[in-house]
Amino acid sequence: MSTIKTQYNRRSFIKVSAAASGGMLIGFSWLNGCKPNSPELQAGVEVPKEWFEINGYIKIGETGMVTIYSPNPEIGQNVRTSMPMIVAEELDVPWENVVVEQAPLNTGFYQNQFAGGSLSIRLSWNALRMAGAAGKYMLMQAAANEWGLQVAELMASEGVIKEINGNRSISYGEVASKAVGIEVPEELELKEVKDFKLIGTSKKNVDGMKIVTGKPLFGWDFHRDGMQLAMIEHPPAFGMTVKDFNEEEIKSMPGVKDAFIIDTTIEEPGMFDEKGFKQLVAIVGETTWPLMQAKKALRVNWETIGTLESSNLHRDRLEKALASGEVTESRKDGNPEAAFKKAAKVIERSYTAPFIAHNTLEPMNFFANVTEDSAELIGPTQTPEALEGSVAKLLGLPLENITVNMTRIGGGFGRRLYVHFGLEAAAISKKIGGPVQLIYTREDDMSQGTYRPTYKSVYKAGLDENNKLIAFSVKGAGLPDGPVFPNRFPAGTVENYSAEKIKADTNITTGAWRAPRSNFTAGAEQAFLDEVAELAGKDPIDFRLELFDRAINDPVGAEHEYEAERYAGVLKLVKEKANWGASTPDVHRGVAAYFCHSTYVAEVFDMIIENGQPVVQKVWCAVDCGIVVNKDAAKNMIEGGVVDGIGHAMYSQLTFENGTPKEMNFDKYQLIRHSQAPREIEVFFVENEIDPTGLGEPGLPPAMGAMANALYKAKGVRYYDQPFMGTDRRVIG
Amino acid sequence: MANFNLNINGKNTQIDVDPSTPVLWVLRDHLNLVGTKYGCGIAQCGTCTIHLGDVAVRSCQLPVSVVGNQAITTIEGLSENGDHPVQQAWLEHDVPQCGYCQAGQIMNAAAFLKHNQDPTDEQIDAAMNGNICRCGTYTRIKKAIKTAANSENA
Ligand code: FES
Ligand code: FES
Repeated sequence: MSTIKTQYNRRSFIKVSAAASGGMLIGFSWLNGCKPNSPELQAGVEVPKEWFEINGYIKIGETGMVTIYSPNPEIGQNVRTSMPMIVAEELDVPWENVVVEQAPLNTGFYQNQFAGGSLSIRLSWNALRMAGAAGKYMLMQAAANEWGLQVAELMASEGVIKEINGNRSISYGEVASKAVGIEVPEELELKEVKDFKLIGTSKKNVDGMKIVTGKPLFGWDFHRDGMQLAMIEHPPAFGMTVKDFNEEEIKSMPGVKDAFIIDTTIEEPGMFDEKGFKQLVAIVGETTWPLMQAKKALRVNWETIGTLESSNLHRDRLEKALASGEVTESRKDGNPEAAFKKAAKVIERSYTAPFIAHNTLEPMNFFANVTEDSAELIGPTQTPEALEGSVAKLLGLPLENITVNMTRIGGGFGRRLYVHFGLEAAAISKKIGGPVQLIYTREDDMSQGTYRPTYKSVYKAGLDENNKLIAFSVKGAGLPDGPVFPNRFPAGTVENYSAEKIKADTNITTGAWRAPRSNFTAGAEQAFLDEVAELAGKDPIDFRLELFDRAINDPVGAEHEYEAERYAGVLKLVKEKANWGASTPDVHRGVAAYFCHSTYVAEVFDMIIENGQPVVQKVWCAVDCGIVVNKDAAKNMIEGGVVDGIGHAMYSQLTFENGTPKEMNFDKYQLIRHSQAPREIEVFFVENEIDPTGLGEPGLPPAMGAMANALYKAKGVRYYDQPFMGTDRRVIG
Repeated sequence: MANFNLNINGKNTQIDVDPSTPVLWVLRDHLNLVGTKYGCGIAQCGTCTIHLGDVAVRSCQLPVSVVGNQAITTIEGLSENGDHPVQQAWLEHDVPQCGYCQAGQIMNAAAFLKHNQDPTDEQIDAAMNGNICRCGTYTRIKKAIKTAANSENA
């Protein structure tokens, strides 16, 4: 039986009080909870202080309605629905009686949450279960006290407590107020996975109605009376900075209140402070359109302070890095050089991918209200704590005088881990001495950096005379960081193996982009393996399964970063579901599998050629993400990942000329569109009892590989350079 | 600056703005109707889609001066309570992820279905190709459009 600790060193993770409107209020730390066997507790290490920060609440009202106050902002991964489902499961209340609410802004009530993409569920799983179980226990104890019985003599289900050997029953609502004073035991029992009633079902997005009726939910929708709007202009090229501009002329334009240069340089910047340009022209006014006109009327003297890089230079640098660059991570098993020499067949292939932008559909924006001694910030961020720290440095204010509140987020993909737009809003607010909302045009958003790095990897494989893979090597360089994960597959499966991750310089700023590194490596590696399997005369799935057999039975090297059984498991599942091996005339199949963010995904694509164009007719996905919380929402995430993976493998790229990205809006930068999306996607989950893992990212990487492999079957040519369709097959919206 | 009389979501509204101001910003900045979104400003993404009469248009490229007396409908005015068949279909298929593009998708789909009650996949693609969803909800959108088409026919 699974149990969970409710305290550590006699400090409780739970705080219970009477709800103002009657009933009980259970406060808990949303992101954290520990299991008795957690490594932290076993090692006796200090539990982080945030584990005791109360930031999630459950209110059990006297009517039996349960309100779950979710501190998590929604980034599109449906955590505002799936996380409350976990609480409701352990609490054992009917979902119809559950209301999910976000705390009102500006109460200081829900600051400092983290919307960490695929991490969200993983981090909060225990905490949410604990909170629900604690509530259920307290309610049962209160009922037991009422009736003069022991908790063991009662059962609770669907919001009602019953006597096991009797007729008495009482609803949660009726007993809630009495449960307030009940002491929470140090350890609580959790439900068995097989007894889950809610987890594993499909519940609709709790914010669905608000979204389809256009309610103000997003950062850009935030409004405060008296607030000004601001726009910025950054240098036109990486390697340039601003000197001065036609300030007087701009200030005299209609609708412009002020214009000035801001500097957001801070000391000891952290990883989330990445940004191409720190000095910017800012223009302030009341409405958007006049500001857009003023931006066009800007005459700025830019100063060149660095190299103005072009895509050709980037290609050269990647070449050089592969030849002689600095290796930052590596692995070597056996003797690859010798093995390649004696191999009967050797194959070597290179793969590349360009810089790409996040292009969240809601461009960057943030509200700030800076006074003499405080700063209030509101907007779409995934890292409020990092923003708070950076704002404190910029303004020279103590951390406790800064509040950051989060709104719904119009797409993240890693983009809103970076805090510069909040910092810029703070700098502008300080300058004008009042509340302001900074808004980016699409061009501002697409041309300022934190891109996915550009990559080049060289893969090499050697087969012996029996077509057994005896040597494998990968060398991958990136600007600025290489894409290789030395301990991931196929590490552990090949006797002679080497992997090198190589870095190289650029002044183009980069950052985390949905499934960092995996978003390139999966496509390259899975396309390469397809070619190796073909050279070996083996079926691509069987070929991979053979490799996993090796990792399962007799792994090479001390460790590798994946569980081979689970990897093989998704391949077997997708093989069965897609009826792999059957062939249909004019339907071309590709397969790929990948592991990242603790989740395993295998995908099979069926492609047809229609009017000369490749069309993905059907996609099968097999996913092992542990326990699935909200099934249909989980499918939606995987479907989105597949579409995104196809889109970026096929169409999207940033190219540079003299430091300037040539693609600055959706006329030139192509994102996948309706007609290019797969006609049908089916998602299957491996059923197990493993704690849930990430879903936001893992659907994407294998899609790039499956696409490349299906394209090869359909067109008879291999695609090595993303985007596969370059710029020649544009669909203009 | 000039005065304009606009009919928005069945109500007459007077505003005083520069005639070149796109309707998108009139809605968002002047009338606090923020359901209509900005995504590109150059008619490429469709997040700003509204109805002019019963035609879907990109409000980021529609100067307020050309509206005249044509009725404007925004996502806020598509139905009283979110019960338009397209909105209902969106809920049924649980389409949104981040949700930012969805008002534009819904407005475009609603106008499209007025003119074509029984669309094929290809017609849906052609009609919807101007609406980007960065989260990749396209397959669900297509299913929802078909559901809405069926319910409108019923
Ligand atoms: S904002 Fe109008 S089409 Fe993109
Ligand atoms: S749901 Fe996020 S852009 Fe469409």
